[in-house]
Amino acid sequence: MTDAHRKILVLFAHPALQKSRVNRALIRGLDVMDGVTFHDLYERYPRLEIDVRHEQELLLQHDIVVLQHPFYWYSTPAILKEYQDLVLEHGWAYGREGRALRGKILLNALTAGGSEEVYCAQGRNRYTVRRLLAPIEQTASLCGMRYLAPFVVHGTHALDAAEIELHRRDYHRLLEALRDDRVDLDAAARATHVNADIDAIVRTHTH
Amino acid sequence: MAAGGFFTQALVYLTAAILGVLVAKRIGLGSVLGYLLAGVAIGPAVLGFVGAEGSDVMHFAEFGVVLMLFLIGLELQPSLLWRMRSAILGLGGLQVVVSTVAIAAIGMAWGLAWQVALAVGLSLSLSSTAIVLQTLQEKKLMRTDAGQSAFAVLLFQDVAVIPMLALFPLLATLPRHVEEGHAPGDAGWVSTLPPWGETLVVLGAVSAIVLVGRFLVRPFLRAIARTRVRELFIAAALLLVVGIALLMDSVGLSPALGTFLAGVVLANSEYRHALESDIEPFKGLLLGLFFISVGASIDFRMIAQQPGTVAGLVALLIAVKWLVLLLLGRLFRMGLDQNLLFAFALAQAGEFAFVLFAFAIQDGVVPVDVASLSIAVVAISMATTPLLLLFYERIVRPRVGTRESAPRRADEVVEVNPVIIAGFGDFGNIVGRLLRANGIGTTVLEDDSDRVELLRRLGFKVFYGDASRLELLQAAGAAEAKLLVIALDDLQRTHQMVKSVKQEFPHLRILVRAQGRVDAYELLESGVERVYRQTLDSSLTLGVDALRMLGFRAVQAHRAAATFRQHDENDLRELASMRHDRPAYLSRARQLIAQLEELLQSEVRDSGPVDDSAWDAESLRREFSEKSA
Ligand SMILES: Cc1cc2nc3c(=O)[nH]c(=O)nc-3n(C[C@H](O)[C@H](O)[C@H](O)COP(=O)(O)O)c2cc1C
Repeated sequence: MTDAHRKILVLFAHPALQKSRVNRALIRGLDVMDGVTFHDLYERYPRLEIDVRHEQELLLQHDIVVLQHPFYWYSTPAILKEYQDLVLEHGWAYGREGRALRGKILLNALTAGGSEEVYCAQGRNRYTVRRLLAPIEQTASLCGMRYLAPFVVHGTHALDAAEIELHRRDYHRLLEALRDDRVDLDAAARATHVNADIDAIVRTHTH
Repeated sequence: MAAGGFFTQALVYLTAAILGVLVAKRIGLGSVLGYLLAGVAIGPAVLGFVGAEGSDVMHFAEFGVVLMLFLIGLELQPSLLWRMRSAILGLGGLQVVVSTVAIAAIGMAWGLAWQVALAVGLSLSLSSTAIVLQTLQEKKLMRTDAGQSAFAVLLFQDVAVIPMLALFPLLATLPRHVEEGHAPGDAGWVSTLPPWGETLVVLGAVSAIVLVGRFLVRPFLRAIARTRVRELFIAAALLLVVGIALLMDSVGLSPALGTFLAGVVLANSEYRHALESDIEPFKGLLLGLFFISVGASIDFRMIAQQPGTVAGLVALLIAVKWLVLLLLGRLFRMGLDQNLLFAFALAQAGEFAFVLFAFAIQDGVVPVDVASLSIAVVAISMATTPLLLLFYERIVRPRVGTRESAPRRADEVVEVNPVIIAGFGDFGNIVGRLLRANGIGTTVLEDDSDRVELLRRLGFKVFYGDASRLELLQAAGAAEAKLLVIALDDLQRTHQMVKSVKQEFPHLRILVRAQGRVDAYELLESGVERVYRQTLDSSLTLGVDALRMLGFRAVQAHRAAATFRQHDENDLRELASMRHDRPAYLSRARQLIAQLEELLQSEVRDSGPVDDSAWDAESLRREFSEKSA
């Protein structure tokens, strides 16, 4: 590993991991992946008592922040909201003096029960996942962060183990590419999902 | 005095006190008036139970005033006293000077020589510390603006007596009266010293009190407290006050002032509340006795001879002092209702006048007839004070549009904490530190004197005493506090405390520590709402950690503990009501335990707490596959 690598912080939030199928698969191996810090929020703060200074320290030490979570009520599980409310302090993350997060990259990696078809203007859920994530995208913008399209695993209820494994490979490939600076960031920022056409966004070699 | 005589006297005084106060309270008058009327009743004019020895009794009972000032001193920390300096010197000084001049002028217009008029003016300018403070305290007016100012003025007056006594010999125009013998406050050997020597002795006595109070009294009381013999502590407290009073008396200073000073020195000590609660009953009884003897000493024969003159003089005296007070209150920017209260409260003459007139006769300053007329006027004016305050309360105040809670100023006499913690072992300590860290003042009561000493050294505000005693709670401010935390490790005393607090301070919300389940049952049964089993939280925390070490997710372990806790608390309450019916209790307890276990096991089977089934996507998935099938 060289210094050219970017450091990734995965903020993972699943309140009932013992019941998870998809996320449990997605995180397998993340704790040993080079350049990645896997941070299990619910395990660290089961009662949502977030250590703000520690979290800010962690954010400062990383270049890329991934919010990984199941999609709950078109949003994140509660702890990620609490995290934003407490950690992104005025004068630190935003405001005239708040520059701590400038230039860092932020994206969601989420799993949703609904299929891709229901998440569009014509579908039952009326909005795309990316649009539903607008509050987070705007938060990133206020903090001067670059927001990328989310990594989404759709239709979790119907997935079998083999399909889940394919998603895991995509996810890990994306994280490694982000770490090694092999992602076309402009394309990733424009897309609706980073993993809709992952080959177009991830280059095989450094340029 | 023969024992028979003593007991007869005690019988007369106690009966009079009880009847007088009972009747006075029944018809809505304060206790002071009750005592005074009782005194009149047993005095020579009516029943004649007490005669010439009445003044001896008064002299003895003046010790009540001494005790009262000691108690007031205990409530007054030096810093507060310092903050009151402008009120004491400015308001107090002006009151004495202006009233003296006004009364002396009237006396001269009456035809008295200026020396006599001045002596009478000085004596009558003083007000009655005993009556005013007792009445204001009883009416809970001490902490108002007016109460504070009245207190400041009285304090100044107490000091002013000393130079007045020194001045009297210079005003003498008549031959000395010597047959009076020993007069109160007679400085004896000190007066034989040259002036600088006298000053030195006085300064020495005052610094002795401060130094002894600071450095010797606390270890002394600690040693006494360690014996855990209660009456020994009471004896020590009385000894302290008597000793100081004697010391002051022997150097010609006011004993009341000396004990006040000692009180201030001890105001920061851990024994403050214990001293307060032990001295309080003595003070109350002696003050009552004092008021009775004032009532008994009113010379109705003289009044009968010239009723018009006496009545006129009383009215004139009160009117003049009232006016001066009102003007000064104005000058010091008091609100109208407070100013009026201040003026009505201090308009009488006081017990110091008795002392001063005794001296004035002895030194040949004031002729006997003028003095005895004045003494009658003083006594009657004292008796009118409770009536005047009643008049103020019922008639005047409703008309001047009072604000019910007069604005509290920064320099309150007493610090009032919203929380009282009884017992400061490991349990109370944590509660207290948490509250303190959040800026909540706590008054802590602890009866282990060694621990008190240690905690004090660590900077805690802890007071020594048995918290289950009502008087100590009273002294600690239970009437004003909001919460009482009982963190004692003794169930017996906890019960006792709960019972008496519910009776005497029903407004206090009680939070009680319980050692375990059985204690909790008993406390719940006695009607305590908030019972905290001391082991519940730490054992649940340990259980949670054990689950996590066995591979449970943190959230799951915590939610399981929360479920457990909720059920257990509910069961506790349910079982508390039926635990005297042994068989029913046992079978219900078994049932509840089985229920809880069933609940928790089902959680493990479904690999998650039942009440968290919202997070469970299993049923979602089933429904989905049914639909797509
Ligand atoms: C409380 C809750 C809320 C959910 N809300 C949504 C939702 O708004 N949209 C959606 O597509 N799926 C929703 N789901 C389904 C989850 O997204 C899906 O079960 C999860 O992503 C599966 O991942 P896992 O196996 O790691 O738990 C919800 C599930 C739960 C338990």
